[in-house]
Amino acid sequence: MSTDSIGKPSDRLILPKYERDDASHPALDTTEYFSTSLRSPLRPLQLLPQNLTEITGPVLGHERVGETDHDLTVQHGGEPLGERIVVSGRVVDSDGKPVPHALVEIWQANASGRYRHAGDRHPAPLDPNFSGTGRCMTDENGHYRFVTIKPGAYPWRNHDNAWRPAHIHFSLFGRAFTQRLVTQMYFPGDPLFYQDPIFQSVRDPKARERMICEFDLDSTIPEWALSYHFDIVLRGSHATPFEEDEDDDDD
Amino acid sequence: MTTERSVEVTHVSRPATTPSQTVGPFFALPGGLPWPDGPELLPPEAPEAVMLRGRLSDGAGEPIPDGLIEIWQADERGGFAHPDDPRQQTTDFPGFGRCATGPDGEFWFRTVKPAALPTPAGETEAPHINVTVLARGLLDRVVTRIYFPDEPAANAVDPVLSGVDPARRDTLVATATADGFRFDIRLQGDDETIFFAV
Repeated sequence: MSTDSIGKPSDRLILPKYERDDASHPALDTTEYFSTSLRSPLRPLQLLPQNLTEITGPVLGHERVGETDHDLTVQHGGEPLGERIVVSGRVVDSDGKPVPHALVEIWQANASGRYRHAGDRHPAPLDPNFSGTGRCMTDENGHYRFVTIKPGAYPWRNHDNAWRPAHIHFSLFGRAFTQRLVTQMYFPGDPLFYQDPIFQSVRDPKARERMICEFDLDSTIPEWALSYHFDIVLRGSHATPFEEDEDDDDD
Repeated sequence: MTTERSVEVTHVSRPATTPSQTVGPFFALPGGLPWPDGPELLPPEAPEAVMLRGRLSDGAGEPIPDGLIEIWQADERGGFAHPDDPRQQTTDFPGFGRCATGPDGEFWFRTVKPAALPTPAGETEAPHINVTVLARGLLDRVVTRIYFPDEPAANAVDPVLSGVDPARRDTLVATATADGFRFDIRLQGDDETIFFAV
Protein backbone atom coordinates (compact mmCIF):
# COMPACT_ATOMS: atom_id res chain seq x y z
CA MET A 1 0.00 0.00 0.00
CA SER A 2 1.54 3.26 -1.10
CA THR A 3 1.97 5.93 1.54
CA ASP A 4 3.03 8.81 -0.63
CA SER A 5 -0.01 9.40 -2.78
CA ILE A 6 -3.76 9.38 -2.51
CA GLY A 7 -5.65 6.27 -3.50
CA LYS A 8 -5.96 5.55 -7.19
CA PRO A 9 -9.39 6.24 -8.65
CA SER A 10 -9.77 2.52 -9.24
CA ASP A 11 -9.41 1.79 -5.50
CA ARG A 12 -12.97 1.49 -4.28
CA LEU A 13 -13.14 2.99 -0.81
CA ILE A 14 -15.63 1.32 1.49
CA LEU A 15 -16.57 3.61 4.37
CA PRO A 16 -18.98 3.35 7.30
CA LYS A 17 -21.83 5.85 7.43
CA TYR A 18 -22.99 7.50 10.62
CA GLU A 19 -26.73 8.09 10.95
CA ARG A 20 -27.95 11.59 11.68
CA ASP A 21 -30.92 12.01 14.00
CA ASP A 22 -31.85 15.65 14.01
CA ALA A 23 -34.95 14.98 16.11
CA SER A 24 -32.87 14.39 19.26
CA HIS A 25 -31.05 17.69 19.19
CA PRO A 26 -32.02 21.26 20.04
CA ALA A 27 -32.52 23.86 17.34
CA LEU A 28 -29.64 26.33 17.18
CA ASP A 29 -32.06 29.26 17.17
CA THR A 30 -33.84 28.46 20.42
CA THR A 31 -35.00 32.01 21.13
CA GLU A 32 -35.75 31.47 24.83
CA TYR A 33 -32.00 30.98 25.35
CA PHE A 34 -30.96 34.54 24.57
CA SER A 35 -27.31 33.85 23.78
CA THR A 36 -28.44 32.05 20.62
CA SER A 37 -29.78 35.25 19.07
CA LEU A 38 -26.48 36.50 17.64
CA ARG A 39 -24.69 33.16 17.55
CA SER A 40 -26.92 30.73 15.70
CA PRO A 41 -26.29 30.62 11.95
CA LEU A 42 -29.36 31.85 10.06
CA ARG A 43 -28.67 30.20 6.72
CA PRO A 44 -29.59 26.57 6.15
CA LEU A 45 -26.87 24.03 6.87
CA GLN A 46 -25.40 22.32 3.82
CA LEU A 47 -25.16 18.55 3.83
CA LEU A 48 -21.59 17.30 4.15
CA PRO A 49 -21.05 13.86 2.61
CA GLN A 50 -19.38 11.35 4.91
CA ASN A 51 -16.02 10.83 3.31
CA LEU A 52 -12.62 10.04 4.83
CA THR A 53 -12.40 13.15 7.01
CA GLU A 54 -15.86 12.57 8.46
CA ILE A 55 -15.61 8.85 9.23
CA THR A 56 -12.26 9.20 10.97
CA GLY A 57 -11.68 11.25 14.10
CA PRO A 58 -9.22 12.08 16.83
CA VAL A 59 -7.80 9.13 18.73
CA LEU A 60 -6.97 10.55 22.14
CA GLY A 61 -5.28 8.05 24.39
CA HIS A 62 -4.19 7.60 27.97
CA GLU A 63 -1.49 10.24 27.56
CA ARG A 64 -4.31 12.76 28.03
CA VAL A 65 -5.47 11.27 31.34
CA GLY A 66 -3.63 11.74 34.64
CA GLU A 67 -3.86 9.37 37.56
CA THR A 68 -6.41 11.40 39.57
CA ASP A 69 -8.28 12.93 36.63
CA HIS A 70 -11.28 10.61 37.11
CA ASP A 71 -11.59 11.46 40.83
CA LEU A 72 -12.41 15.13 41.34
CA THR A 73 -12.37 14.69 45.13
CA VAL A 74 -8.63 13.93 45.42
CA GLN A 75 -7.09 16.52 43.13
CA HIS A 76 -6.14 18.89 45.96
CA GLY A 77 -4.71 18.76 49.47
CA GLY A 78 -8.07 18.44 51.22
CA GLU A 79 -11.59 17.16 50.81
CA PRO A 80 -13.94 19.24 48.70
CA LEU A 81 -17.16 20.38 50.36
CA GLY A 82 -20.49 18.90 49.36
CA GLU A 83 -22.11 15.60 48.63
CA ARG A 84 -19.71 13.02 47.18
CA ILE A 85 -21.15 11.09 44.24
CA VAL A 86 -20.03 8.40 41.82
CA VAL A 87 -21.12 8.99 38.23
CA SER A 88 -20.70 5.99 35.97
CA GLY A 89 -22.22 4.56 32.85
CA ARG A 90 -21.57 3.36 29.37
CA VAL A 91 -20.86 5.08 26.10
CA VAL A 92 -22.64 3.23 23.30
CA ASP A 93 -23.74 4.11 19.79
CA SER A 94 -27.26 4.00 18.44
CA ASP A 95 -26.54 0.57 17.01
CA GLY A 96 -26.12 -0.56 20.63
CA LYS A 97 -22.39 -1.12 20.24
CA PRO A 98 -20.12 0.07 23.07
CA VAL A 99 -17.61 2.80 22.26
CA PRO A 100 -14.34 1.56 23.80
CA HIS A 101 -11.19 3.54 24.62
CA ALA A 102 -12.89 6.92 24.14
CA LEU A 103 -11.92 10.05 26.02
CA VAL A 104 -14.68 11.37 28.29
CA GLU A 105 -14.23 14.87 29.71
CA ILE A 106 -16.39 16.56 32.34
CA TRP A 107 -16.56 20.00 33.93
CA GLN A 108 -18.93 21.40 36.51
CA ALA A 109 -19.72 23.91 39.25
CA ASN A 110 -18.87 23.12 42.87
CA ALA A 111 -21.40 22.21 45.56
CA SER A 112 -22.43 25.82 46.01
CA GLY A 113 -23.03 26.36 42.29
CA ARG A 114 -19.84 28.27 41.47
CA TYR A 115 -17.35 27.55 38.68
CA ARG A 116 -13.64 28.05 39.20
CA HIS A 117 -13.65 30.55 36.33
CA ALA A 118 -12.83 34.25 36.32
CA GLY A 119 -16.05 34.97 34.46
CA ASP A 120 -18.35 33.37 37.03
CA ARG A 121 -19.82 36.22 39.10
CA HIS A 122 -22.20 34.15 41.20
CA PRO A 123 -21.43 35.28 44.78
CA ALA A 124 -21.24 31.73 46.17
CA PRO A 125 -18.07 30.43 47.75
CA LEU A 126 -15.26 28.88 45.77
CA ASP A 127 -13.88 25.63 47.16
CA PRO A 128 -10.07 25.54 47.33
CA ASN A 129 -10.23 21.76 47.10
CA PHE A 130 -12.37 21.51 43.99
CA SER A 131 -11.44 22.38 40.40
CA GLY A 132 -14.50 20.79 38.80
CA THR A 133 -12.75 19.15 35.85
CA GLY A 134 -12.21 15.47 35.11
CA ARG A 135 -11.15 13.05 32.38
CA CYS A 136 -11.20 9.33 31.88
CA MET A 137 -11.22 6.75 29.11
CA THR A 138 -13.95 4.24 28.49
CA ASP A 139 -12.83 0.64 28.94
CA GLU A 140 -13.08 -2.06 26.29
CA ASN A 141 -16.84 -2.33 26.94
CA GLY A 142 -17.51 1.41 26.87
CA HIS A 143 -17.74 1.86 30.68
CA TYR A 144 -16.56 5.04 32.35
CA ARG A 145 -16.55 6.16 35.98
CA PHE A 146 -15.99 9.45 37.82
CA VAL A 147 -15.98 10.35 41.51
CA THR A 148 -17.03 13.93 42.12
CA ILE A 149 -19.22 16.31 44.14
CA LYS A 150 -22.85 16.93 43.34
CA PRO A 151 -22.90 20.35 41.69
CA GLY A 152 -25.17 23.11 42.99
CA ALA A 153 -27.78 25.03 41.01
CA TYR A 154 -26.87 28.62 40.17
CA PRO A 155 -28.57 31.78 38.92
CA TRP A 156 -27.87 33.27 35.49
CA ARG A 157 -29.27 36.27 33.73
CA ASN A 158 -31.13 34.74 30.84
CA HIS A 159 -34.56 35.77 32.12
CA ASP A 160 -36.13 36.99 35.34
CA ASN A 161 -34.91 34.86 38.26
CA ALA A 162 -33.35 32.26 35.97
CA TRP A 163 -31.60 29.28 37.60
CA ARG A 164 -29.67 26.47 35.92
CA PRO A 165 -30.64 23.01 37.19
CA ALA A 166 -27.66 21.15 38.69
CA HIS A 167 -25.69 19.60 35.83
CA ILE A 168 -22.36 18.14 34.77
CA HIS A 169 -21.01 18.96 31.30
CA PHE A 170 -19.82 15.98 29.24
CA SER A 171 -17.63 15.99 26.13
CA LEU A 172 -17.13 12.92 23.93
CA PHE A 173 -15.43 12.22 20.62
CA GLY A 174 -16.59 8.71 19.81
CA ARG A 175 -14.70 7.14 16.95
CA ALA A 176 -15.44 9.54 14.11
CA PHE A 177 -15.71 13.26 13.46
CA THR A 178 -19.43 12.67 12.90
CA GLN A 179 -19.86 11.27 16.44
CA ARG A 180 -18.60 14.33 18.36
CA LEU A 181 -20.98 15.21 21.20
CA VAL A 182 -21.04 17.78 23.98
CA THR A 183 -23.96 17.40 26.37
CA GLN A 184 -25.03 18.00 29.96
CA MET A 185 -26.07 15.42 32.55
CA TYR A 186 -28.95 16.44 34.81
CA PHE A 187 -30.20 14.91 38.07
CA PRO A 188 -33.55 13.16 38.53
CA GLY A 189 -36.52 15.17 39.71
CA ASP A 190 -34.87 18.59 39.59
CA PRO A 191 -37.56 21.23 40.25
CA LEU A 192 -35.73 23.72 38.00
CA PHE A 193 -36.20 21.84 34.73
CA TYR A 194 -39.41 23.58 33.72
CA GLN A 195 -37.89 27.07 33.68
CA ASP A 196 -34.53 26.21 32.09
CA PRO A 197 -34.40 27.10 28.39
CA ILE A 198 -31.21 25.08 27.80
CA PHE A 199 -32.75 21.85 29.11
CA GLN A 200 -36.05 22.72 27.40
CA SER A 201 -34.30 23.44 24.09
CA VAL A 202 -34.62 19.69 23.53
CA ARG A 203 -38.28 19.64 22.55
CA ASP A 204 -38.98 15.91 22.72
CA PRO A 205 -39.69 14.96 26.37
CA LYS A 206 -38.28 11.48 25.77
CA ALA A 207 -35.07 12.98 24.40
CA ARG A 208 -34.84 15.26 27.46
CA GLU A 209 -35.04 12.17 29.67
CA ARG A 210 -31.91 10.87 27.98
CA MET A 211 -30.00 13.74 29.62
CA ILE A 212 -31.14 12.78 33.13
CA CYS A 213 -29.08 10.26 35.09
CA GLU A 214 -30.60 7.57 37.32
CA PHE A 215 -29.95 7.01 40.98
CA ASP A 216 -27.91 3.81 41.17
CA LEU A 217 -27.96 2.12 44.57
CA ASP A 218 -25.79 -0.76 43.38
CA SER A 219 -22.87 1.53 42.66
CA THR A 220 -23.03 3.53 45.88
CA ILE A 221 -20.02 3.26 48.15
CA PRO A 222 -21.43 2.37 51.60
CA GLU A 223 -20.80 4.97 54.29
CA TRP A 224 -19.16 7.21 51.71
CA ALA A 225 -20.91 8.21 48.46
CA LEU A 226 -24.20 7.95 46.57
CA SER A 227 -24.14 7.01 42.91
CA TYR A 228 -25.76 7.94 39.63
CA HIS A 229 -25.82 6.06 36.35
CA PHE A 230 -25.63 7.92 33.04
CA ASP A 231 -25.42 6.15 29.68
CA ILE A 232 -24.47 8.26 26.70
CA VAL A 233 -25.57 7.33 23.19
CA LEU A 234 -23.60 8.57 20.17
CA ARG A 235 -24.65 8.27 16.55
CA GLY A 236 -24.35 4.76 15.18
CA SER A 237 -22.59 3.61 12.05
CA HIS A 238 -23.84 1.33 9.35
CA ALA A 239 -21.21 -1.18 8.46
CA THR A 240 -22.72 -1.58 4.99
CA PRO A 241 -21.54 1.30 2.87
CA PHE A 242 -23.41 0.75 -0.37
CA GLU A 243 -26.77 2.48 -0.09
CA GLU A 244 -27.42 3.35 -3.69
CA ASP A 245 -26.37 6.80 -4.78
CA GLU A 246 -28.26 8.84 -2.22
CA ASP A 247 -25.21 10.16 -0.40
CA ASP A 248 -25.75 13.68 -1.61
CA ASP A 249 -29.29 14.27 -0.56
CA ASP A 250 -30.38 11.86 2.16
CA ASP A 251 -30.45 12.75 5.80
CA MET B 1 -48.15 -10.16 16.98
CA THR B 2 -44.83 -11.45 15.73
CA THR B 3 -44.25 -8.21 13.90
CA GLU B 4 -44.94 -6.12 16.98
CA ARG B 5 -42.52 -8.14 19.02
CA SER B 6 -39.76 -7.82 16.47
CA VAL B 7 -40.33 -4.07 16.32
CA GLU B 8 -39.92 -3.92 20.09
CA VAL B 9 -36.69 -5.87 19.98
CA THR B 10 -35.35 -3.58 17.29
CA HIS B 11 -36.22 -0.57 19.40
CA VAL B 12 -34.44 -1.93 22.44
CA SER B 13 -31.27 -2.66 20.50
CA ARG B 14 -31.19 0.79 18.87
CA PRO B 15 -31.13 3.43 21.61
CA ALA B 16 -31.74 7.01 20.54
CA THR B 17 -28.94 9.53 20.63
CA THR B 18 -28.22 11.65 23.71
CA PRO B 19 -29.11 15.26 22.85
CA SER B 20 -26.47 17.95 22.42
CA GLN B 21 -26.21 20.88 24.84
CA THR B 22 -24.08 24.03 24.90
CA VAL B 23 -20.57 24.02 26.38
CA GLY B 24 -21.63 27.16 28.27
CA PRO B 25 -19.24 29.99 29.08
CA PHE B 26 -17.07 28.19 31.66
CA PHE B 27 -15.43 25.24 29.88
CA ALA B 28 -12.02 26.92 30.06
CA LEU B 29 -11.33 25.81 33.64
CA PRO B 30 -7.89 24.76 34.88
CA GLY B 31 -7.58 21.18 33.63
CA GLY B 32 -10.70 21.65 31.51
CA LEU B 33 -11.29 21.39 27.79
CA PRO B 34 -8.49 23.64 26.53
CA TRP B 35 -5.09 21.93 26.73
CA PRO B 36 -1.84 23.90 26.92
CA ASP B 37 -0.59 22.22 23.73
CA GLY B 38 -4.03 21.92 22.14
CA PRO B 39 -3.30 24.25 19.20
CA GLU B 40 0.09 22.66 18.48
CA LEU B 41 -0.29 19.73 16.12
CA LEU B 42 3.39 20.15 15.35
CA PRO B 43 6.37 21.59 17.23
CA PRO B 44 7.62 25.03 16.11
CA GLU B 45 10.74 23.56 14.51
CA ALA B 46 8.84 21.19 12.18
CA PRO B 47 9.78 22.27 8.62
CA GLU B 48 6.32 21.53 7.20
CA ALA B 49 4.48 23.53 9.89
CA VAL B 50 2.17 26.39 8.92
CA MET B 51 0.26 28.76 11.16
CA LEU B 52 -3.50 28.80 10.82
CA ARG B 53 -5.11 31.78 12.52
CA GLY B 54 -8.62 33.09 12.66
CA ARG B 55 -11.27 34.99 14.54
CA LEU B 56 -14.68 33.82 15.69
CA SER B 57 -17.37 36.50 15.58
CA ASP B 58 -21.13 36.83 16.08
CA GLY B 59 -23.97 38.38 14.13
CA ALA B 60 -23.09 41.86 15.36
CA GLY B 61 -19.50 41.41 14.16
CA GLU B 62 -18.32 41.24 17.75
CA PRO B 63 -15.56 38.78 18.71
CA ILE B 64 -16.62 35.69 20.65
CA PRO B 65 -14.26 35.26 23.62
CA ASP B 66 -15.86 32.09 24.98
CA GLY B 67 -15.63 29.80 21.98
CA LEU B 68 -13.74 26.57 21.42
CA ILE B 69 -12.43 25.64 17.98
CA GLU B 70 -11.44 22.07 17.11
CA ILE B 71 -9.86 20.93 13.86
CA TRP B 72 -9.52 17.48 12.32
CA GLN B 73 -7.49 16.82 9.20
CA ALA B 74 -5.21 14.56 7.19
CA ASP B 75 -1.47 15.10 7.02
CA GLU B 76 0.52 16.44 4.06
CA ARG B 77 0.37 13.02 2.35
CA GLY B 78 -3.32 12.48 2.99
CA GLY B 79 -2.90 10.16 5.97
CA PHE B 80 -5.17 10.02 9.01
CA ALA B 81 -4.06 8.78 12.42
CA HIS B 82 -7.09 6.49 12.51
CA PRO B 83 -7.79 2.77 12.03
CA ASP B 84 -10.93 3.28 9.90
CA ASP B 85 -9.09 4.77 6.93
CA PRO B 86 -9.31 1.79 4.54
CA ARG B 87 -6.21 2.98 2.69
CA GLN B 88 -4.32 2.35 5.96
CA GLN B 89 -2.24 5.45 5.43
CA THR B 90 -1.15 5.56 9.04
CA THR B 91 0.66 8.62 10.27
CA ASP B 92 2.14 9.98 13.48
CA PHE B 93 0.55 13.34 12.79
CA PRO B 94 -2.25 13.70 15.39
CA GLY B 95 -4.65 15.46 13.01
CA PHE B 96 -6.56 16.99 15.93
CA GLY B 97 -6.20 20.45 17.43
CA ARG B 98 -8.20 22.38 19.99
CA CYS B 99 -7.98 26.07 20.84
CA ALA B 100 -10.13 28.29 23.05
CA THR B 101 -10.75 31.72 21.55
CA GLY B 102 -9.05 34.67 23.25
CA PRO B 103 -10.67 37.92 24.46
CA ASP B 104 -10.41 39.15 20.85
CA GLY B 105 -12.11 36.01 19.47
CA GLU B 106 -8.83 34.85 17.97
CA PHE B 107 -7.70 31.24 17.69
CA TRP B 108 -4.62 29.59 16.16
CA PHE B 109 -3.12 26.25 15.22
CA ARG B 110 0.32 25.11 14.16
CA THR B 111 -0.39 22.41 11.64
CA VAL B 112 0.27 21.25 8.07
CA LYS B 113 -1.60 21.81 4.88
CA PRO B 114 -3.26 18.44 4.18
CA ALA B 115 -3.20 16.57 0.85
CA ALA B 116 -6.18 15.94 -1.40
CA LEU B 117 -8.29 12.86 -0.64
CA PRO B 118 -10.17 10.26 -2.70
CA THR B 119 -13.90 9.71 -2.18
CA PRO B 120 -15.84 6.44 -2.43
CA ALA B 121 -17.49 7.83 -5.58
CA GLY B 122 -14.12 8.12 -7.29
CA GLU B 123 -13.92 11.90 -6.96
CA THR B 124 -11.13 13.90 -5.38
CA GLU B 125 -11.65 16.21 -2.43
CA ALA B 126 -9.42 19.28 -2.45
CA PRO B 127 -7.16 19.73 0.59
CA HIS B 128 -9.39 20.69 3.51
CA ILE B 129 -9.61 20.81 7.29
CA ASN B 130 -12.81 20.02 9.19
CA VAL B 131 -13.72 22.49 11.93
CA THR B 132 -15.98 22.17 14.97
CA VAL B 133 -17.16 25.38 16.68
CA LEU B 134 -18.45 25.20 20.25
CA ALA B 135 -19.51 28.21 22.34
CA ARG B 136 -21.96 29.59 24.82
CA GLY B 137 -25.10 30.22 22.80
CA LEU B 138 -24.51 27.24 20.49
CA LEU B 139 -26.80 24.41 21.57
CA ASP B 140 -25.05 22.05 19.19
CA ARG B 141 -21.63 22.30 17.61
CA VAL B 142 -21.49 23.85 14.17
CA VAL B 143 -19.19 22.41 11.53
CA THR B 144 -17.37 24.11 8.70
CA ARG B 145 -14.44 23.37 6.40
CA ILE B 146 -11.26 25.22 5.57
CA TYR B 147 -10.06 25.11 1.95
CA PHE B 148 -6.85 26.66 0.66
CA PRO B 149 -6.36 29.70 -1.59
CA ASP B 150 -3.42 28.17 -3.48
CA GLU B 151 -5.54 25.25 -4.79
CA PRO B 152 -7.84 26.87 -7.37
CA ALA B 153 -7.88 23.84 -9.69
CA ALA B 154 -8.57 21.31 -6.93
CA ASN B 155 -11.14 23.62 -5.32
CA ALA B 156 -12.98 24.02 -8.62
CA VAL B 157 -13.72 20.28 -8.81
CA ASP B 158 -14.12 19.60 -5.10
CA PRO B 159 -17.51 17.90 -4.69
CA VAL B 160 -18.39 19.88 -1.55
CA LEU B 161 -17.05 23.30 -2.48
CA SER B 162 -18.46 23.20 -5.99
CA GLY B 163 -21.85 22.28 -4.55
CA VAL B 164 -22.32 25.38 -2.39
CA ASP B 165 -23.67 28.80 -3.31
CA PRO B 166 -20.93 30.48 -5.42
CA ALA B 167 -21.66 33.81 -3.73
CA ARG B 168 -20.75 32.32 -0.35
CA ARG B 169 -18.00 29.90 -1.42
CA ASP B 170 -15.24 32.28 -0.36
CA THR B 171 -16.29 31.90 3.28
CA LEU B 172 -14.79 28.39 3.12
CA VAL B 173 -11.45 29.42 1.63
CA ALA B 174 -8.61 30.62 3.86
CA THR B 175 -6.44 33.58 2.88
CA ALA B 176 -2.65 33.42 2.63
CA THR B 177 -0.55 35.12 5.30
CA ALA B 178 3.20 35.53 5.84
CA ASP B 179 3.42 32.42 8.00
CA GLY B 180 0.48 30.34 6.76
CA PHE B 181 -3.23 30.96 6.44
CA ARG B 182 -6.08 32.91 7.98
CA PHE B 183 -9.65 31.65 8.31
CA ASP B 184 -12.23 33.81 10.05
CA ILE B 185 -15.51 32.25 11.20
CA ARG B 186 -18.69 34.35 11.29
CA LEU B 187 -21.58 32.61 13.01
CA GLN B 188 -24.18 34.95 11.59
CA GLY B 189 -24.66 37.96 9.33
CA ASP B 190 -24.29 39.01 5.70
CA ASP B 191 -20.95 37.23 5.43
CA GLU B 192 -22.02 34.23 7.51
CA THR B 193 -19.67 31.27 7.11
CA ILE B 194 -21.14 28.23 5.39
CA PHE B 195 -21.86 25.55 7.98
CA PHE B 196 -22.51 21.90 7.32
CA ALA B 197 -24.75 19.17 8.64
CA VAL B 198 -22.68 16.01 8.92
